[in-house]
Amino acid sequence: MSSTSNRKFLQRQRIYDSFFQNITKFFAFLVLATLLGIIISLIIGAMPSIKQFGFNFLINDSWDPVKKDFGAWSPILGTLITSFIALFIGVPVSFGIALFLTELSPLWMRRPLGIAVELLAGIPSIIYGMWGLFVFAPFFSDYLQPHIIEHIGSIPLIGLLFTGAPMGIGMFTAGLILSIMVIPYISSVMRDVFELVPTMYKESAYGLGATTWEVVRYVVLPYTKTGVVGGIMLGLGRALGETMAVTFVIGNAHDIKASLFMPGTSIASALANEFTEADGVLYTSALIELGLILFGITFVVLTLSKILLLQLRKAEGSQS
Amino acid sequence: MFKLISPVVKQISGCVLVAGLSSQVWAADITGAGATFPYPIYAKWADIYKTKTGVGMNYQSIGSGGGIKQIKAKTVDFGASDKPLTVEELNKEGLVQFPAVIGGVVPIIEVPGIEPGKLVLTGGLLADIFLGKITKWNAPEIAAKNPGLKLPEMAITVVHRSDGSGTTFLFTNYLSKVSVDWKQKVGEEASVQWPVGIGGKGNEGVAAYVQKVKGSIGYVEYAYAKKNKIPHAALTNADGRSVQPDDVTFKAAAASADWKKAPGFNLILTNQPGSDSWPITGASFILMHKNQEKPAQGVEVLKFFDWAYSNGSKEATDMDYVPLPDALAQLIRAAWKSQITDGKAAIWK
Repeated sequence: MSSTSNRKFLQRQRIYDSFFQNITKFFAFLVLATLLGIIISLIIGAMPSIKQFGFNFLINDSWDPVKKDFGAWSPILGTLITSFIALFIGVPVSFGIALFLTELSPLWMRRPLGIAVELLAGIPSIIYGMWGLFVFAPFFSDYLQPHIIEHIGSIPLIGLLFTGAPMGIGMFTAGLILSIMVIPYISSVMRDVFELVPTMYKESAYGLGATTWEVVRYVVLPYTKTGVVGGIMLGLGRALGETMAVTFVIGNAHDIKASLFMPGTSIASALANEFTEADGVLYTSALIELGLILFGITFVVLTLSKILLLQLRKAEGSQS
Repeated sequence: MFKLISPVVKQISGCVLVAGLSSQVWAADITGAGATFPYPIYAKWADIYKTKTGVGMNYQSIGSGGGIKQIKAKTVDFGASDKPLTVEELNKEGLVQFPAVIGGVVPIIEVPGIEPGKLVLTGGLLADIFLGKITKWNAPEIAAKNPGLKLPEMAITVVHRSDGSGTTFLFTNYLSKVSVDWKQKVGEEASVQWPVGIGGKGNEGVAAYVQKVKGSIGYVEYAYAKKNKIPHAALTNADGRSVQPDDVTFKAAAASADWKKAPGFNLILTNQPGSDSWPITGASFILMHKNQEKPAQGVEVLKFFDWAYSNGSKEATDMDYVPLPDALAQLIRAAWKSQITDGKAAIWK
């Protein structure tokens, strides 16, 4: 009697289990289907522009709605340059923050500081944009930019990057705002992985007479490099796709200038600006193709980071 | 930006109220989509019209391009565009077009030491500045036109719209009319390939850049410049007189236009003759299908604009738009009668 009821109970459990498994599988595949659906609809939407411009779209620097001649080169370049500036500033700062929070800061300070950094990530991006435009840009153009243009602008080669009128907005400001936006992401990942380093390793190194820097360089970093690279890639992903904050401060000109102080455009900001009034099939489809390219860039970055992480993991395996 | 908010709030509260009172009202609500430039006045009119008649008007300010797409797809009762369609385009899609309200675009400047409205520019100078040919405020060409002013030796920073816009269309249309160079190099469209300058999103974006960057010049719709007290420049009109932007000069431009000779009301009011005409003036247009599949809805749309022409002038003036002259409104009503049908008979009687 009890064995049959037991069996029934088990059978029911099995049905529940398989039901649950199928539902979770369905959800997981839903994500995949959405991803595929987005790619396909982007490709369909971009078709008129792909047919019209072909590969030339990628390297054409013209963006002329009147003559219907569109090219993605300047938004692509703007996206890459601003993201590079963001990482160039953001990575060292994040590294410093994470290091201080895990290795150097007094214990009572760690929690409040850590929470403050994480709160930065919660600020909506439009706030960064408005702050950049109304507070940072005027300050930058009045106090810092003239000096930079005067002193660094006169150095050959590097100087080319810092010439022009001090307007406060442009590629450099966009990159700087982006760097503030990616810092919380990168630094909190770095902090989390730094904390994973077993205390015994660090103590042993200190015991051997290593300085703090040596401990970080030869114990903490090698142990955590996968996590660190992952954190940087997370930040890069955010910087590439950031829209509102960049739109406010990048200057929105489909132009390619050597100077970082000059206005430019990024893929995301061009889309945000122009989609509403894009008139005609070709214009809309050129914008959709821009979206497709951004999708592609993000995809490549993520894939590269995964490959990188896999290889790092393999290397770690062979070392130990 | 702010002027958009209050009508929206009112409209939403209006909707909630009406929905609570009667569900039948929804059936008669008319829908429209398109240009952002006339949105505040359409929302205001809709608000008053609803309290008077119980018929609501739901207008989505998605931009002129979007409005044209929506009316072609017949998802809305009417579309709205700042750029008039040509007669060929109208005939191809079976659409009628008529103006609803008039507004103006003004150049705004931030030049230290120059008071609002004191700097005078000609269309040619404006085109040369936006082409990047004139790069300093104390350039001899500008100085020749402004003998009494002390112009600083300062670089000119050009500010334009980064998003597609009816405002940009009017501005570039004007520059194309007054400068051959502009017409050949840039042309006229809701967004163009700007030779120089930085782009701000929306009127507020352009205004913010102009106010932040010393030595800058931009253009915004008049109501925006006036409400926010942004220094503007005067312009020399087609008759060679310097004029300040205000309702008098906008009206003068609208009055001097000969709408009778413009098939499909395809008329852009830039560079109009008349000694008082403000040179960058333009109407915002409504698009409807000639053949109304739902004549009852079509009649409601026409009733709404009929009411607005007759009773909406005060609101339009208060919000710094220019209401249509009565003669023009009569012409429009005649066009409704002769062109919009339910397949057999005219729906407007």
